[in-house]
Amino acid sequence: MGEAIAFYSIAALILGFAVLVVSTRNTVHAVLFLVLNFLAVAALYVLLTAQFLAVIQVLVYAGGIVVLYLFVVMLVNLKRPPEDHSAPQRHPWLGFALSGVVLAQLAAILMFGGFGAPTDTSAAQTSDLALNNVERIGMLLYSDYLIPFEVASMLLLVAMVGAIILAKREL
Amino acid sequence: MIDTYLIPLVKILFVLNATLLGVTYMVLLARKVIAWVQVRLGPMRVGPYGVLQPIADAIKLILKEDITPTRADKWVFTAAPIIVMVPALITFAVIPFGPSVHLFGREIPLYITDINVGLLYIVSVASIGVYGIILGGWASNSKFPLLASLRASAQLISYEVAVTMTLVSLIITAGSLSMVRIVEAQYSANLWYIFVQPVAFVLFFIGGLAETNRAPFDMAEAEQELTGGFHTEYSGMRFALFFLAEYANMIVVSAVATTLFLGGWLAPFPNVEWLNFLDFIPGWIWFLLKTFVFLYVFLWVRATLPRYRYDQLMRLGWKVLIPVAIANLLVTGIVKVLL
Amino acid sequence: MFDTEELVINMGPQHPSTHGVLRVVLRLDGEKVVDSEIVIGYLHRGIEKLSENRNWTQIILLTDRMDYVAAATSNVGYCETVEKLMQLEVPRRARYIRTAICELQRIASHCLWLGTHAMDIGAMTVFLYAFRERELILDLFEEYCGARLTYNSMRIGGLPLDIPVGWDKKVLEFCNIMSEKVDEYEELLTQNRIWLERTKGIGVISGEDAVAIGLSGPPLRGSGVSKDVRKDEPYAAYDELKFEVPIGTAGDTYDRYLVRLEEFRQSVKIIRQAIEGLPEGPIVGKVPRLIKPPAGETYHAIESPKGEIGYFIVSDGKSTNPYRFRVRPPSFCNLQALPQLIKGHLVADVVALIGSIDVVLGEVDR
Repeated sequence: MGEAIAFYSIAALILGFAVLVVSTRNTVHAVLFLVLNFLAVAALYVLLTAQFLAVIQVLVYAGGIVVLYLFVVMLVNLKRPPEDHSAPQRHPWLGFALSGVVLAQLAAILMFGGFGAPTDTSAAQTSDLALNNVERIGMLLYSDYLIPFEVASMLLLVAMVGAIILAKREL
Repeated sequence: MIDTYLIPLVKILFVLNATLLGVTYMVLLARKVIAWVQVRLGPMRVGPYGVLQPIADAIKLILKEDITPTRADKWVFTAAPIIVMVPALITFAVIPFGPSVHLFGREIPLYITDINVGLLYIVSVASIGVYGIILGGWASNSKFPLLASLRASAQLISYEVAVTMTLVSLIITAGSLSMVRIVEAQYSANLWYIFVQPVAFVLFFIGGLAETNRAPFDMAEAEQELTGGFHTEYSGMRFALFFLAEYANMIVVSAVATTLFLGGWLAPFPNVEWLNFLDFIPGWIWFLLKTFVFLYVFLWVRATLPRYRYDQLMRLGWKVLIPVAIANLLVTGIVKVLL
Repeated sequence: MFDTEELVINMGPQHPSTHGVLRVVLRLDGEKVVDSEIVIGYLHRGIEKLSENRNWTQIILLTDRMDYVAAATSNVGYCETVEKLMQLEVPRRARYIRTAICELQRIASHCLWLGTHAMDIGAMTVFLYAFRERELILDLFEEYCGARLTYNSMRIGGLPLDIPVGWDKKVLEFCNIMSEKVDEYEELLTQNRIWLERTKGIGVISGEDAVAIGLSGPPLRGSGVSKDVRKDEPYAAYDELKFEVPIGTAGDTYDRYLVRLEEFRQSVKIIRQAIEGLPEGPIVGKVPRLIKPPAGETYHAIESPKGEIGYFIVSDGKSTNPYRFRVRPPSFCNLQALPQLIKGHLVADVVALIGSIDVVLGEVDR
């Protein structure tokens, strides 16, 4: 019962902040609402006993990636005043149409994607996850999902090197 | 009912009040310690030996006119100091102050909560604190505070990387992310981790100095800098909140360092038999003493050392601390596997 | 790909670290200084013009207010210039006491320099330690002439007063204290890694450039040029005393720091010799009641803590006021090096460099 209340209020927060991200006029405000959105998602993870994921969400997303977004937005804001950011030739109906298509696709995947019920929702599994979250994730990451893990780290390395080369003045 | 709601609530209130009082008196401690290093006395007038000085400061700041720049963003301007202060306070939720005590027939552990990702929680909460600095500079609606705040936050996120790397090697040594478990690991290992991981300790301390914008890494708030820094446009209690937040961050770094490296609430050499006479000293007193030692060293370093230039500071963080932290991690991993 | 524009920033005249009312307009590319312009004159009080309406003895008061950090040195320089024009003989005792006082001023000025320079770079404790020693010197001066900052402590032909009883013992005690304290300053700063990083290689000026610009004093000696008025053209009692002049090699901020630190020690040595060997005798030579130098002009320079301070006076032989009184202030000439020094450095170094040249705006602007 308490879980349901928690879930619905967090979900409302997530959706509310997401709407605010796209609807506010001020870019910096939009980024800040994004941060709040991510924090609410982290709360959702805690509800699902995925504490590690929640903390990483805050650490990496809200505390790292969005900070960089904020840097860029603020520095760009310096050069151009906010009035320049509204484009009068935007076509809202196109946006609605495209998002409708994406929504339909997502719904199709969810209904016919064959996810089924989770394999083991017993209390033992949940409490085991709750206590040994980090260990379980670590074991999975280094056994079943090792290759995606290594590929992801290569991707990050390439991105880092690329960013340094782009931004360096003399090489 | 009582266990799940009342006791944590009481603990939270207690810790919050103690922390805020500690932060306020840090102001006095800082002025006194630095004054004594500099052959002067520090505040002496208000109260005996200046003990009531923070109260006088608080009253003065509350009565000051609250100026908000006209074109500043009101919500963000108000929120920025709060965003810097809150992460410092909520970190105390996972720090263990002592072993369990028996009160009213119950066994009450002296920590608010023991998350199994406690250390990571502390790091992630610290990364939220960066927003307060960025927003403080931006909300002032002026070019120089913005650039200064971006610089200060760049410094913070660089050193966050170094500190997190250091903490990973500590996690490997302790075998757990939970703060309580780390203290217990030091108890069973019979050694404070400062002896097991001295390099990590030094790295953590330097990183902690840089994270809290303290000397010698305080270029962002030095008065000799061209711009007044990210808190130029703040006055009165908001400005005070920025500074109290800095002291709160100092206390957090000291408390975390105490827990991780100095055994938290353990007595020195906890398992040694003949030192058992020290057991009458409760664990939280040890904790406070050790935290105090760290705070004293923070102030001592502030009074003694000149400050680094910004580029030298960043070079130190990226080119020295991170490679050493990674090397330390490597060595720790190898040792842990071999032993 | 990204266009960067240059930023023009104004530092001063009210700024915590420009050591007075100095205005530096910086043109920055990012954080590097591309060009700079120095604006002075905020402390101009017309001392040179005022002195045309004062008689020769009254001008001593005005000379105090130029380099207010080391006022007695300016007094000595002026009196010696007039004595040179009038061909007056200053008795030995007066010359020895003048030497001791000049060297005490050198220590006092360097104390202030060390304190403010270290504080600009962030080591705030050295400021209080240096001022503690400066207070001892100011106490000595207060006992001698009654003032702490603007002394009016010389007269044309000698001194107004003899030293009080026991003053020489106090000065020797001070010398003992000072030698220990200089070691303390060295311990705090000289081998400190952060200090080395902030001062080594910052603001390098070569010996030839230094001579071409007209630097003098520690900035010149830090670049390796061995020029010191006390050795080249001895005045007061310097020809009878033994001391060395420290010379630097690299011409950067660190060398200027070392030069001044060594000057502390040499000054202590000179004061000890002067006080221990203080001859008996009168303190004022044969001076006419009304000071009226013969018509003519002369230039005389002495070594103030900041550099070579020179006085050029023209007398028309008839009136009791000078016809022209011109000062060659060391800080003014040394300040000319600043744009060259800070080019290419970061903003944070500008502050360190202004401190390294050691300017007193009272002298620069007069």
